Amino acid sequence: MSIEIDLRSGFISKSKHLDVKLDLQGQLEEDLLEQLKMMQLIRICENKLAEMRKQGKIGGPVHLGAGQEAIAVGISKYLRKSDRIFSAHRSHAHLLALGSDPKALFAEVLGRSTGLTKGMGGSMHLWDQPNGFYGSVPIVAGTVPLAVGAGLAAKLEGTKDIGVAYFGDGAAEEGIVHESLNLASQLKIPVLFVCENNLFSSHMHISQRQPLQSVARFADANGIRNQIVDGNNLLDVQAASEELIDFVRSGEGPAFIEAVTYRQYGHVDWREDIDVGVNRSSEDLAVWKNRDPIRRLSEALIELNPKLESAIANQTNQLRSQIESAWSQAELDPFPSPSSLLGTVYSAVSK
Amino acid sequence: MSPEKSTDYGSAIREGFAYLLTNYPEVFVIGQGLWSPWYVGNSMTDLDKEFGIDRIIDTPVSESACTGAAVGAAIAGMKPVVVHPRMDFMLYAMDSIVNEAAKWSSMMGGQATAGVTVRAIINRGGEQGAQHSQSLHSWFTHIPGLRVVMPSTATDARDLLIASVLCKDPVIFVDDRWLYSESDILPEVKEVDLKDQGPRITNEGTQVTLVGAGYSAKLCTDVAKILASDGISAETIDIRVLNPFNSGVIVESVLKTGRLVVIDGGWSNSGFASEVIASVTEQIDPISLKSSPIRVTLPSAPAPASSALEKIYYTRAEDVAAKIRASIS
Repeated sequence: MSIEIDLRSGFISKSKHLDVKLDLQGQLEEDLLEQLKMMQLIRICENKLAEMRKQGKIGGPVHLGAGQEAIAVGISKYLRKSDRIFSAHRSHAHLLALGSDPKALFAEVLGRSTGLTKGMGGSMHLWDQPNGFYGSVPIVAGTVPLAVGAGLAAKLEGTKDIGVAYFGDGAAEEGIVHESLNLASQLKIPVLFVCENNLFSSHMHISQRQPLQSVARFADANGIRNQIVDGNNLLDVQAASEELIDFVRSGEGPAFIEAVTYRQYGHVDWREDIDVGVNRSSEDLAVWKNRDPIRRLSEALIELNPKLESAIANQTNQLRSQIESAWSQAELDPFPSPSSLLGTVYSAVSK
Repeated sequence: MSPEKSTDYGSAIREGFAYLLTNYPEVFVIGQGLWSPWYVGNSMTDLDKEFGIDRIIDTPVSESACTGAAVGAAIAGMKPVVVHPRMDFMLYAMDSIVNEAAKWSSMMGGQATAGVTVRAIINRGGEQGAQHSQSLHSWFTHIPGLRVVMPSTATDARDLLIASVLCKDPVIFVDDRWLYSESDILPEVKEVDLKDQGPRITNEGTQVTLVGAGYSAKLCTDVAKILASDGISAETIDIRVLNPFNSGVIVESVLKTGRLVVIDGGWSNSGFASEVIASVTEQIDPISLKSSPIRVTLPSAPAPASSALEKIYYTRAEDVAAKIRASIS
């Protein structure tokens, strides 16, 4: 059940509606614990990457999604391995929520041949098609039409699979997104557009970039069914995802979710980017950390069943040691051989 | 089809499409004007009626999204062809071509490819002016990961289209409306591997090597005919595949003739004619050249609209022949 708020005008970042307590809606505790575990796993991975980048162990940029975990986890609950998910520069959460192996992600970030793209991509170019992750690249909005095309392919093949395009509020300023929305709507292509509106594109607040602050207005403009949700509320994201993914899968056309959220790290790497741009103050960050999707979910669970407090703490500790060990293993892996530089520019087989 | 019946270039492309759509269910075609006789000459006539509008998709005015969608469908295992009835408009689609399709295989460690075919039509002349005229094939040859194909004959138009669509790599397939009345007696379709295709000698000769791609390859043979009447023996080479570029045949020819003339429908600066000359000359001893290589390209100006200016803008076979005659004598 979505929160009834009018996010279509005004400063959504200040909305008090995003502070409401989670209503667990009678969902199974076991299921929610499982979802919480995935969100924690993503957070621990992102924090690990931040720390390693800060220490200089990672050579390239990492765009971290700590604080945004509920979106990917809520959506992925309704996805299949045969769906076609595309993402952008801030994609680790989208990937991991599909069940991808953190160690293979770490190896990729470290440029090792055992990585998700065999050391050819790094953090910004990830691939795990067996888990439904068709690819992420850092050209803003670059993969949005690709997800439309992958959805079109599913439609032509007569499967009930769907395309998923994750992108940010900044991408909504790219022309290709508008063409993609129109095309998908006109051709009734099974694709779910997911805009993670974290209010910032690089250093610029959305109020400095768009005259109106809801990105879902572009879905309306193209006749696409859409919902705006509190992206830091797993239950809210789940409810919208269940309904809209079911709609897309039924072949009636595309759908659009705008999930309002906030990144706890800055645009890139471990820093918090306080006052790098305008409107990202330490006060705002504190407000948003208070809306932490993981904390909100665990608090709601513990309130319902106080015995879960220690279970959740144990789970966190287990995940931490699992992620530490995945990192240590990844660091031991080999770099790609020189031959891989030219070896994959063209396909090995012709057809 | 009776063996003696000749087929024009546009119809040959249509035959290529019909072959692909009949034999490969994963082939579909997307682009503007595909249900209309206005956009693509006779190269796709009634394909929508024969194969259905689900597979021959006429689209909103969105070159960028349509190209991106074709790339995405290719990544998902289809064999799409995206048609740009004029190459000029295709510039809206550069991100999907250059950043996504071209790099997909490399970025993803060779685990996935974007086997899309981008059909780019050169449509110029007729006082259409600067934005309805361009031959931008050279741009795409700069990009590792793209294959660039320019057929000059009806047979190649059909068979290289088929090879391009069946290839797992992204291919820029450039055809030229000025070639649509060229015709061939088409042999039976034989699927060829695009990787094995490259420059080919079209007329043997001894005194000068003339090289071109697409319509420029036809100009080369026209020039050779004029030179032959003057008693000059020219060898002509049709480049066919511009990227990856295999210059071996041209090097061999220049070692024999000692003279190299490259005709290209684009501009000189950083254009494909320059690439041919650089690739060839760095592989031969300069002493084996009897004269400096020559680039024959467009003047460095956008295409004019006025017919008076068009006459001096586009390359004419007689002018090239005169230039060669002067360099030989």
